Amino acid sequence: MIVVARAYLGLILVFLYAPIIVMGVMSLNASEFYALPFDFSTEWYERLFANEEVLAASWRSVWIALVVATVATTLGTMASLALWRHDFPGKRILQALLFPPIAVPWLIIGTAMLVFFFGIGLGRGTPAVVLGHVALALPYVIITVTARMQSFDRALDEAARSLGARSWTVARKVILPYASPGIIAGWLFAFAVSFDQFVVSYFLAEPGDSTLPVLIYTAIRKGFTPEINAIATIIIAVSMTLMIVAARFARFGGTR
Amino acid sequence: MTEVRVEGLTKAYGPAKALDEVTLTFPDGGFFGLLGPSGSGKTTLLRAIAGFVTPDTGRIWLGDQAVERVPVEDREIGMVFQSYALFPNMTVAENVAFGLEVRRIPGPDRTRRVVEALDLVQLGGYGGRKPSELSGGQRQRVAMARAIVTRPRVLLLDEPLSALDRALRVDMQIELKRIQREVGITTIFVTHDQEEALTLSDRIGILRDGRLVREGTPRAVYDDPQDAFTARFLGEANVLTGLPEAGGLRLADGTLLPGVTTPAIALRPEALAFAVPPPDTPHRLQARLAQRIFSGATGTLVLDWQGQRLKLTASERDLLDLPAEGSPLWLHWPAAAALALRDAG
Repeated sequence: MIVVARAYLGLILVFLYAPIIVMGVMSLNASEFYALPFDFSTEWYERLFANEEVLAASWRSVWIALVVATVATTLGTMASLALWRHDFPGKRILQALLFPPIAVPWLIIGTAMLVFFFGIGLGRGTPAVVLGHVALALPYVIITVTARMQSFDRALDEAARSLGARSWTVARKVILPYASPGIIAGWLFAFAVSFDQFVVSYFLAEPGDSTLPVLIYTAIRKGFTPEINAIATIIIAVSMTLMIVAARFARFGGTR
Repeated sequence: MTEVRVEGLTKAYGPAKALDEVTLTFPDGGFFGLLGPSGSGKTTLLRAIAGFVTPDTGRIWLGDQAVERVPVEDREIGMVFQSYALFPNMTVAENVAFGLEVRRIPGPDRTRRVVEALDLVQLGGYGGRKPSELSGGQRQRVAMARAIVTRPRVLLLDEPLSALDRALRVDMQIELKRIQREVGITTIFVTHDQEEALTLSDRIGILRDGRLVREGTPRAVYDDPQDAFTARFLGEANVLTGLPEAGGLRLADGTLLPGVTTPAIALRPEALAFAVPPPDTPHRLQARLAQRIFSGATGTLVLDWQGQRLKLTASERDLLDLPAEGSPLWLHWPAAAALALRDAG
């Protein structure tokens, strides 16, 4: 029984990771045509770092993700603390409305945003990309911070007040430190959502001003080179590191 | 020092009154136990004094200041919560220092007072630990130190010992009492454990359905409960009801208890004695032995009288020569042991 279960789990992991590993390995293969035997080379990485266009797009992706993560985390944390703290008419409806955007296909969200940003005169460009990414990332932040606050003992708030602390002090010294693992996890999620985002970026970014995923897509259309394997491997490494760190903070998969 | 007083305090949640015209004085420096079944309003009363519950009507005095409109953070209270509510991100010393930090007590003075408070609760040397590294009893002590270090006007304890296991609870009762005596802060605590209330309190108040039923020293209330609810709630009581006559109280089996002028009396199980031949006193009943329970140093007899179960407790060695279960048995008591009750409950 255990053998079967292990084999099953093993197959799932192979299914998930084999293509990624093949790609990572091929990014280090000298052959442009995936020829075997494997011949180790860092040529594709070298070419990548010499490519101004890729570097510019990478840098743009990173700083957009930093801005998006910070803005979304600030707004999302404030929203989830307000939802946690206060009861007001329509609160349940508001909370319910936070989740559907996660389920709506990005293609549709991207189209809708494009139409909307043109409608309000903002048009395409980096501000539109940032706004779009913030909207996409916000629910993730609210979910992680809210999940963390579920376990907050309200007596902590009362204890702080009984000791003479005003609400700002309670928030700063008691509530925010308690929420911080959720806030950090939310920030990392938001960063990943923005950094990995393709569809919405593709719709909202101006040509020549694209983020890394959009640039990769364009490059593939022109012709596939192992350079793509190299950049993709880097992106996967960054994203997976973020997710592992986020999961540690949010304590998914049980507490330690 | 501070005397605490509530006057005509009422709080309604919808149609239900959690507090109904409660007027009560908590003496300066005393240890006052609020006692009652769940839903009696004892916790609401404590939280109203703390400021977490705003009363609909009535006044709350801390010393000569009326505080109904004063927010919690300005009331200068200390509170210990059932869950202790220690800040998990802070060390023990930081927890205790929190109230001093908020009051902007300067560093050296703050450190000295934290050390003093931790010594008082016998946790000197634990300042650097996190609450998660402490046992339940130690957390309780930290919560106590944190509540008293600011020298509050009143110390409010919300079921402070209910999360501890029994043996530890008895130790902590003695400890709580010692700490309270040393600091001399007016203390109000809520409990549903009557034994705890009797052990700790200088005075107790018993609440039922939002009303104050009784108030006094534990001994006075125990020895003269006055109504059947108090008699049953504080300790155990056999309540006998009948019809008052000119000569005394006529019970259902025809027994006349002379000298009783109320419709009911309470008899504490430990005040009863038993005999096989009819005893030479009018203060007696004929019952049947239903069950004998051994529980260590004391034993309990469960008796059946007119379909009502009566209890008798005595030291084990006084329960040696018993007739068989099911045999008739006389119960008797000194006249003074019959506690007059104004109602039958």
